[in-house]
Amino acid sequence: MEWEVVIGLETHTQLKTNTKIFSGASTAFGAEPNTQACEVSIALPGVLPVLNREAVNCAIKFGLAVNAEIAPRSVFARKNYFYPDLPKGYQISQYELPVVGKGAVTIQVPAVGKNPAYEKVVNITRAHLEEDAGKSVHGAVEGMSGIDLNRAGTPLLEIVTEPDMRSAAEAVAYAKKLHELVQWIGICDGNMQEGSFRCDVNVSVRKKGSDKLGTRREIKNLNSFKFMQQAIEYETRWQIETLEDGGTIQQATVLFNPDTGETRSMRSKEEANDYRYFPDPDLLPLEVTEADKARVKAQMPELPEAMKARFEADFGLTSYDAATLTASRELADYFVQTVSAGAEAKPAANWVMGAVSAKLNAEEKSLADSPVNPNQLASLLKRIADNTISNNAAKQVFEALWNGEKDVDAIIAEKGLKQESDSGAIEAIIDEVLKANPAMVEEFKAGKEKAFNALVGQAMKASKGKANPAQVNEILKKKLS
Amino acid sequence: MMNRSLKQFGEMLQTKKISSVELTQTFLARIAQHNPSINAYIALDEAKSLAQAKAADALIAAGKASPLTGIPIAQKDIFCAKDWPTTCGSKMLANFVAPYDAHVITQFDGVGAVNLGKTNMDEFAMGSSNETSYFGGVKNPWDVERVPGGSSGGSAAAVAARLCAAATGTDTGGSIRQPASLCGFTGLKPTYGVVSRYGMIAFASSLDQAGPMAKSAEDCALMMNVMAGFDERDSTSLNREKEDYTRDLAKPLQGLRVGLPKEFFAEGLDASVGKVIDEAIAAYKKLGAEIVEISLPNTGLSIPVYYVLAPAEASSNLSRYDGVRYGHRTAEYTDLMDMYCKSRAEGFGAEVKRRILIGTYVLSAGYYDAYYLKAQQIRRLIAQDFVEAFKHCDVIMGPAAPSTAFKAGEKVDDPVAMYLQDIYTISTNLAGLPGMSVPAGFSNGLPVGLQIIGNYFDEARMLNVAHQYQQVTDWHLKMPQGIE
Repeated sequence: MEWEVVIGLETHTQLKTNTKIFSGASTAFGAEPNTQACEVSIALPGVLPVLNREAVNCAIKFGLAVNAEIAPRSVFARKNYFYPDLPKGYQISQYELPVVGKGAVTIQVPAVGKNPAYEKVVNITRAHLEEDAGKSVHGAVEGMSGIDLNRAGTPLLEIVTEPDMRSAAEAVAYAKKLHELVQWIGICDGNMQEGSFRCDVNVSVRKKGSDKLGTRREIKNLNSFKFMQQAIEYETRWQIETLEDGGTIQQATVLFNPDTGETRSMRSKEEANDYRYFPDPDLLPLEVTEADKARVKAQMPELPEAMKARFEADFGLTSYDAATLTASRELADYFVQTVSAGAEAKPAANWVMGAVSAKLNAEEKSLADSPVNPNQLASLLKRIADNTISNNAAKQVFEALWNGEKDVDAIIAEKGLKQESDSGAIEAIIDEVLKANPAMVEEFKAGKEKAFNALVGQAMKASKGKANPAQVNEILKKKLS
Repeated sequence: MMNRSLKQFGEMLQTKKISSVELTQTFLARIAQHNPSINAYIALDEAKSLAQAKAADALIAAGKASPLTGIPIAQKDIFCAKDWPTTCGSKMLANFVAPYDAHVITQFDGVGAVNLGKTNMDEFAMGSSNETSYFGGVKNPWDVERVPGGSSGGSAAAVAARLCAAATGTDTGGSIRQPASLCGFTGLKPTYGVVSRYGMIAFASSLDQAGPMAKSAEDCALMMNVMAGFDERDSTSLNREKEDYTRDLAKPLQGLRVGLPKEFFAEGLDASVGKVIDEAIAAYKKLGAEIVEISLPNTGLSIPVYYVLAPAEASSNLSRYDGVRYGHRTAEYTDLMDMYCKSRAEGFGAEVKRRILIGTYVLSAGYYDAYYLKAQQIRRLIAQDFVEAFKHCDVIMGPAAPSTAFKAGEKVDDPVAMYLQDIYTISTNLAGLPGMSVPAGFSNGLPVGLQIIGNYFDEARMLNVAHQYQQVTDWHLKMPQGIE
């Protein structure tokens, strides 16, 4: 029996505004408990919400970035339930009329094993504005639970997809893409440890070929891509096994336990709240005019898709390279700065995606912490382009830069890496090599191509790696013909 | 002395015939004398009131007085006032001391008025007799066996018994106008959005509106000049230019078109009340008004619509009283759910619980469309009735309440009979229109109020219409016996 997993995501992105969505309290993370809880955050009797227009601008940015419909009029509703971290006894959210409607994002699903990488479009159902709850704090006082309302009222944009994903890899690729996108357009700091980007994943399975959706279970609050991958894989296996054993899936909310790698049911559908949504009478409908959209659009950075197309057209990069470089704003900026500093685009792309990324990955650093800046990389690439150093020597220079040295030319001089491009000198070396290796020459003449490479190697060795390899090739060919 | 208008008190203060401290002491002494039998006040704080009075006297001495400077005003205990107990008439908030000022309080403080105390009210403003207050019922000064109306019953009794110069109230379905009618004074519920709701404890957010309760229309106009105005902390506050509500008081009423909705004079109206209203209409004719018969066909639906929408909003508004952060928390509990259940069961009274239950029910999955949504649709029809009516008249008149003050205990076991007290007032809240009640005479020694409903933002005109009537009548100056 062939099974197919069907996945949809709901992502809570914390919006990067200075103040809360319905009050003037600060949103800064990590303050002493309840020091950023104003009378509105605490939900004192008589307080009222006032919408922070900055949060709306973030929602508009997102809508524009995913080519979504942006509602000219949307409505804030109250989602009613009791919980100690929810001071009003309801959360202000959007229900029937969200600010952002249908849109789409294109994701790059990486190659896995022998399955090649591919592109896929994930449809966005909606995105709506809402306020975050506070936090329960256990153990601060012996035998008591405390409530920290600093986070209560922090603006969130909940982004909901269609059930378009068919594997954990696709779900993770989408989540990563979304994570990059919200940072790219500057609406979210993307800090998953601090809870700025949290995913709920709806998973169901069905027999391949069926067009009916299976019963879904929702994995709540995944805050790392690794856990998301594990959780979906476990959940998928669990659902398939359950069905194959003759069981049925009950709609439920589940939690993933990173220690066991398992998902566990938190509450069933029967235990689910009736949230009694209704329009919040304290807030007017949210209106977004064409002028509002135009104003926000004018502040938007170039979007990854547009930048990718530009990289292909202007720099002749492949679609894959352009997509890789525009996978994050940091990476794209780094590349663009390297080119602006005088490097040729293609080698710049190769070095950014190659040496730079490899080093960063190995040392688990972000581009912001890269010891080699775009100007230094550009200087290095210029020295390759003007034949001052070979590619091999360039790797040594890069290593030196990475380890804290600053000046490319100084490194080249100090390490004596300048390559030999004087054809007279190279000819002399080659003559020596030919004289010293008559056997190889014979082999080449007998048709063994490998012998040519061996002779190049000897010449390079004789020059202590400094000879320009292209020139060595050329001259050697001439001599042997 | 106690029958003086706000203007007269102001003149006395500004000409130094009396100081604010003296005036405040006079009222505090009256309160000490009469409040035990009337129970109009929940909280008094002589030291705070006198400190404000002293500051007001300094303002007056410095020549910085405005019309209400130094005048003692009673504040309904629904407004948060910094460092004052703010109970909303509930056990739930019996120990709550507000850490901040409501907009209305700030406005009065801003002109140097004196906060004389916090007045009794139906619990969370839910009631029409003031009998749901945790702090005991309020007595009607005209007959202490009778109720003052509600929910602003404490403010009403305080104004009627001259235990303040004027008071504030709030009106969600008639809570200013019905007690004004039952206690014989002038009360105005402004257009929704004219007075900021910030710091005013919410009952039904889309209907709640604060307004003045005072002896005369002129007094109400002076109060409105302080209370009204845009406040960015209330998203439903309307950003309009500041207006002077006294500006039209003196205008003659010649040619005024008065609409009489036939539905307001049908079955359910006490005949003796109807007679008083008829006489008031006759007086308006003499003042030059022209009478137009109109119809508000959906009037009968206003009570059922209100008792879906107001409880729906209330059920959500009152969720914050959970015993977690402030307010009543039960003494002993086993877990979180137990703490919630016991705290709310103990903290809320029967009427509040009834409305939370109704509201929760009408918002529940499967019932929302049939109740909440349908009620919203009918609410628009009710508003439309008024739009249509105002094409034919300038103001609408009728009774403010179907009867005079009833006896305490008479309707407590019959919620529907109690709800019908607001039959003539509720539709204006649903439409967001301004309405007022003006003393128009007596039936068996009990006051009867004439209701005047105006078009949106027509408060100045309504005050003019009431003021002109008060120039030719003295109903508003009648005082209960044993008061002066």
